[in-house]
Amino acid sequence: MDSNHIPRTLPRQSATFDPHTMAEIRRAAATGIYDIRGAGTKRVLPHFDDLLFLGASISRYPLEGYREKCATDVWLGTRFAKKPIHLKIPITIAGMSFGALSAQAKEALGRGASIAGTSTTTGDGGMTPEERGQSKTLIYQYLPSRYGMNPDDLRKADAIEVVIGQGAKPGGGGMLLGQKISDRVAQMRNLPKGIDQRSACRHPDWTGPDDLEIKIEELREITDWEKPIYVKVGATRPYYDVALAVKSGADVVVLDGMQGGTAATQEVFIEHVGLPILAAIRPAVQALQDLGMHRKVQLIVSGGIRNGADVAKALALGADAVAIGTAALVALGDNDPIHEEEYRKLGTTAGAYDDWQDGRDPAGITTQDPELAARLDPVSAGRRLANYLSVLALEAQTIARACGKSHLHNLEPEDLVALTIEAAAMARVPLAGTDWIPGQLKF
Amino acid sequence: MSVVDLAVTSRRELNIQLHALAPNTNQTHWRVENPNGQHSLAVGLDAPVTVEIAGHAGYYCAGMNKQATVVVEGNAGVGVAENMISGMVHVKGDASQAAGATAHGGLLVIDGDASARCGISMKGVNIVVKGSIGPMSAFMAQSGTLIVLGDAGDALGDSIYEARLFVRGSVKSLGTDCVEKTLREEHKEELRELLNAAGLGDAINVDEFKRYGSSRKLYNFHVDNAAAY
Repeated sequence: MDSNHIPRTLPRQSATFDPHTMAEIRRAAATGIYDIRGAGTKRVLPHFDDLLFLGASISRYPLEGYREKCATDVWLGTRFAKKPIHLKIPITIAGMSFGALSAQAKEALGRGASIAGTSTTTGDGGMTPEERGQSKTLIYQYLPSRYGMNPDDLRKADAIEVVIGQGAKPGGGGMLLGQKISDRVAQMRNLPKGIDQRSACRHPDWTGPDDLEIKIEELREITDWEKPIYVKVGATRPYYDVALAVKSGADVVVLDGMQGGTAATQEVFIEHVGLPILAAIRPAVQALQDLGMHRKVQLIVSGGIRNGADVAKALALGADAVAIGTAALVALGDNDPIHEEEYRKLGTTAGAYDDWQDGRDPAGITTQDPELAARLDPVSAGRRLANYLSVLALEAQTIARACGKSHLHNLEPEDLVALTIEAAAMARVPLAGTDWIPGQLKF
Repeated sequence: MSVVDLAVTSRRELNIQLHALAPNTNQTHWRVENPNGQHSLAVGLDAPVTVEIAGHAGYYCAGMNKQATVVVEGNAGVGVAENMISGMVHVKGDASQAAGATAHGGLLVIDGDASARCGISMKGVNIVVKGSIGPMSAFMAQSGTLIVLGDAGDALGDSIYEARLFVRGSVKSLGTDCVEKTLREEHKEELRELLNAAGLGDAINVDEFKRYGSSRKLYNFHVDNAAAY
């Protein structure tokens, strides 16, 4: 055999030890500390893209696209609150803190949501006057840290959201790193400037659903039973968590899947704890139905909502509304390729920038640096968000009309099929072209 | 004096009446009879009035208080004066867990003992406990002052920030990043002032207290401190 002509085996990268994994091992070995970043999970997951609407044909009757009404409004907090919330569209802005975001970004979220006729939400760090002033409907988060929590703001809010957890880190607290602690952030949180601010993972004055019931009652007493009380949970055991939130007296349950973003959390936590939202909606709806509370206690779902199809699919699976966070930031200008040169200086690229904890955001959104923050014009950014919200609503309406629905809430699981067995099992809709729903036995 | 008898009037009605008080109200003295341990009594007040609760209170009594003076003549349940902003809350009996949790201001006085997590995450409140306090008290305490005439349980001041802790008796153990500090004249002065405000006058010798606070080693995360978490 001619030894010069032996075919050579091509170099082969390991699927297990891929370049990203090996780079992370080297980074860990060099620093001795886990990776912290912002945003939600980046792995491939069963998601709304794995579902399709069937649309109308002979057996179903569609509605005329530009002629026949397809309503989009939603009432939230009708169970106990004297002043429930009425939104024009079932797409809300998720809780994000002043501290994690600049004051300009918070103002832009308020402006965009108000133009679109929906609500925005405070975060860990309290309510800013800019945000309250620009938000027609503002949800005030009640978090374990209670940073900036005070009864005046509680009374100014349109609803109160008791945060138990979030999809990016169910069971975890938070950490706002010192570089984002400006004088104003420090003052609002009663802490020295420049130190890392930990947010607790449990509430300081209650433990478990029996206590939560008493806590919710206290919040109602303080606000004279006017405000809807939301309870937000990260998606882990949605059937039981939603049932317990209802038992505790929630008006609205917010369920956040692992695609939901965070300002700063360990990468290992973001990628390995919690459920994708697709797997969480049906058990949550099942809990509400079993208690006879579906549509009486409203369900808001979040985590990876990107377009009107996602909105329509979430609603078809039984949600009353959705919330967006990451997508709203993108609409404001986050990760825009216009800043590519600066992203490269930070060792990343547009679309992949997730070091939100560092406060060096070229788009001026996830920062407290006055010069960077000044890059974001709250008025034009708010307009972009409003435009985007309109598109989400229009797209969802387009699909709903095609399915013959005169209201987005009339969408139902029967309108859906799944492209994969996994999605069929999680969403409890049949695999396309079959009548098979994995996990549901038929005899 | 306005008297509300909870044997015939609901808690809701009591809180409605208290919330309706204007800043210049002349109904400045209220007495709540037959509280029977009900939760959320006198919560969310925002007027310079005095409310006496003639018995035991349940969870979150005087929660988020502003301006008002609330006196509990019996014991108080979980989270008394939680998130208080200003004013004064005086418990004549014992207090359960999380007394004064996250409170931003005002003065909380407990004549008896306070259970676990007293002053957890406190944010500026002053707390005087004439008895002893339970474990994990002043956990993540941010600012304000906690004075204990008796003893403190395990893990006092764990992950403390800038709050000041003074204990006259023993401390079973200190939490992570909490250390004993020198008791200087300025601290003695603060002690005298707060003890006086708590109605103890000059009866207590402030030299008997030890001061505890943050060693500030965990203020910025460093991998070499990972074992401390």
